[in-house]
Amino acid sequence: MNSTTMNMEIYLQLTQFYQDYAAAVDAADWDSWIEMFADDCTYRIQSRENHERNLPMAALSLDGKGMLKDRIYGITETIFHDPYMQNHVIAAPRILGLSPDLIEAQANYAVFRTKNDGIAQVFNVGRYIDRIRQTADGLRIESRICVFDNDMILNSLIYPI
Amino acid sequence: MSNDTRIPLQPVWDQPDTSRIPFKVYTDEQTHQQELEKLFYRNHWCYVGLEAEIPEPGDFKRTVIGERSVIMVRDNEGMINVVENVCAHRGMRFCRKKHGNAKELVCPYHQWNYDLKGNLQGVPFRRGVKQDGEVKGGMPKDFKPAEHGLTQLRVAQRGGVVFASFDENVEPFEEFIGPQMLHYFDRLFNGRKLKLLGYNKQRIPGNWKLMQENIKDPYHPGLLHTWFVTFGLWRADNRSELKMDEHHRHAAMISTRGQGGKNAQTTNVSSFKEEMKLNDPRFLDVEVEPWWNGPTAVMMTVFPSVILQQQVNSVSTRHIQPNGHDSFDFVWTHFGFEDDTPEMTERRLRQANLFGPAGFVSADDGEVIEFSQEGFEQKPFHRSLAELGGREIEETDHMVSETLIRGMYEYWRKQMEV
Ligand code: FES
Ligand SMILES: [Fe+2]
Repeated sequence: MNSTTMNMEIYLQLTQFYQDYAAAVDAADWDSWIEMFADDCTYRIQSRENHERNLPMAALSLDGKGMLKDRIYGITETIFHDPYMQNHVIAAPRILGLSPDLIEAQANYAVFRTKNDGIAQVFNVGRYIDRIRQTADGLRIESRICVFDNDMILNSLIYPI
Repeated sequence: MSNDTRIPLQPVWDQPDTSRIPFKVYTDEQTHQQELEKLFYRNHWCYVGLEAEIPEPGDFKRTVIGERSVIMVRDNEGMINVVENVCAHRGMRFCRKKHGNAKELVCPYHQWNYDLKGNLQGVPFRRGVKQDGEVKGGMPKDFKPAEHGLTQLRVAQRGGVVFASFDENVEPFEEFIGPQMLHYFDRLFNGRKLKLLGYNKQRIPGNWKLMQENIKDPYHPGLLHTWFVTFGLWRADNRSELKMDEHHRHAAMISTRGQGGKNAQTTNVSSFKEEMKLNDPRFLDVEVEPWWNGPTAVMMTVFPSVILQQQVNSVSTRHIQPNGHDSFDFVWTHFGFEDDTPEMTERRLRQANLFGPAGFVSADDGEVIEFSQEGFEQKPFHRSLAELGGREIEETDHMVSETLIRGMYEYWRKQMEV
């Protein structure tokens, strides 16, 4: 990204948006999480191995807000799992492309998981590959692909990251 | 003090049948070492992968059998070989890439190199060095490269799936699977070329047998996996069958989803909500495929190493890779078939959201296995109970039985001689 085209205001807005995202998932505030996406969004959690080998399989692959809602219903009402807290540390975004209505950006993330009676574990480490829309209502995720480095998911992955 | 809380001197199988399973089979490291030897390295064919993962000459994939690292590689003649990933020189586990393409297999330590069948081709300084007109060092004159190849395993391929065995004397693959199970194997792998869709991997902190049990346990899906029930995928009145090979080591749970009206009997799970509808029905956009020949789901356990899954349009292999008595890696390889339309591929990928470490109806399996192991570890002298459907071992035409688990432990006891 050429520094002459870098827009400070957008960068700060995007940074705040990423931190809002972290706060929403860490607080298990799923309504807010869903609202950060565009209606026709894509959300995937995919291993780096699949991603780099161009294999389409993902641990989770959701398209459209309806699927996001179904996922939240699943994790809150149907899937039995050990309760845990999440803590997301999201690095400063790196803007790769900017147009009047779209930001292409990436950011590294680390997600720590803490179970009841437990101590924090490094749960998932990776990179968000994002397309973020600038809309009248603020930023909305058109596409977020969470590409994680871990070869193994530590047993199960329940909450969005 | 009841019998249950007294610590017996000898936690053993104290009855002839297998409706009680000592927790010790899950907690004892020595038992685990014996299992690796008797079940994974001898007498059995273990899953290594799909031919579609290594389509070209030189393509390789590193994987494991039990806890031994092996390489599945396609040679220049197009044959698939499986060799152990331990250098014949000083034993280094030399292959570090998970997959790739190579002309030869080379151990970086001292550059011993092997052809794609595992034969030793070259040993640097085999004939020493010349110094002051004299040859110094090198391998002894009687060194025979032919005797120092990589350990070459026996390989069996069927329908695009590759199995291997460390055991020279293992029975033919078809006999190992047995005619009953071969029928279901061939139903899924009927000769069409497979198309690799990708992997899902999870590390489950529990004994590996718990995963075999999980897929031999038709009692839990309608009870644990509330998602199935909520969205009408699981009904107690679905037509179903439980089948085994003659040794009771392999099994298939076969079910056919009924069209059942509103009044048809569902399970009595309290969380069942008849009115629940998916916001996005594409998760369950099922298209009947001709090769199913009826059943909408066949879950096949091939002892000890793999589960073959058909759940409506989602097909995968699930490879069990133990690491210690209390943990295993579970590697899902999702695939489709060469003649799949783009829509069918999309459908398989979409339905994969139900499975794997994040799956709507699989994430909970990993969790219950972890907590089962916790229960065993705190009470290793105790035993679990598997007498649903009686204490006998028999095939059934319903799902309300733990017969497949009893069958597996009958076989296990014979193999382990306990
Ligand atoms: S250990 Fe492999 S070449 Fe020496
Ligand atoms: Fe299950």
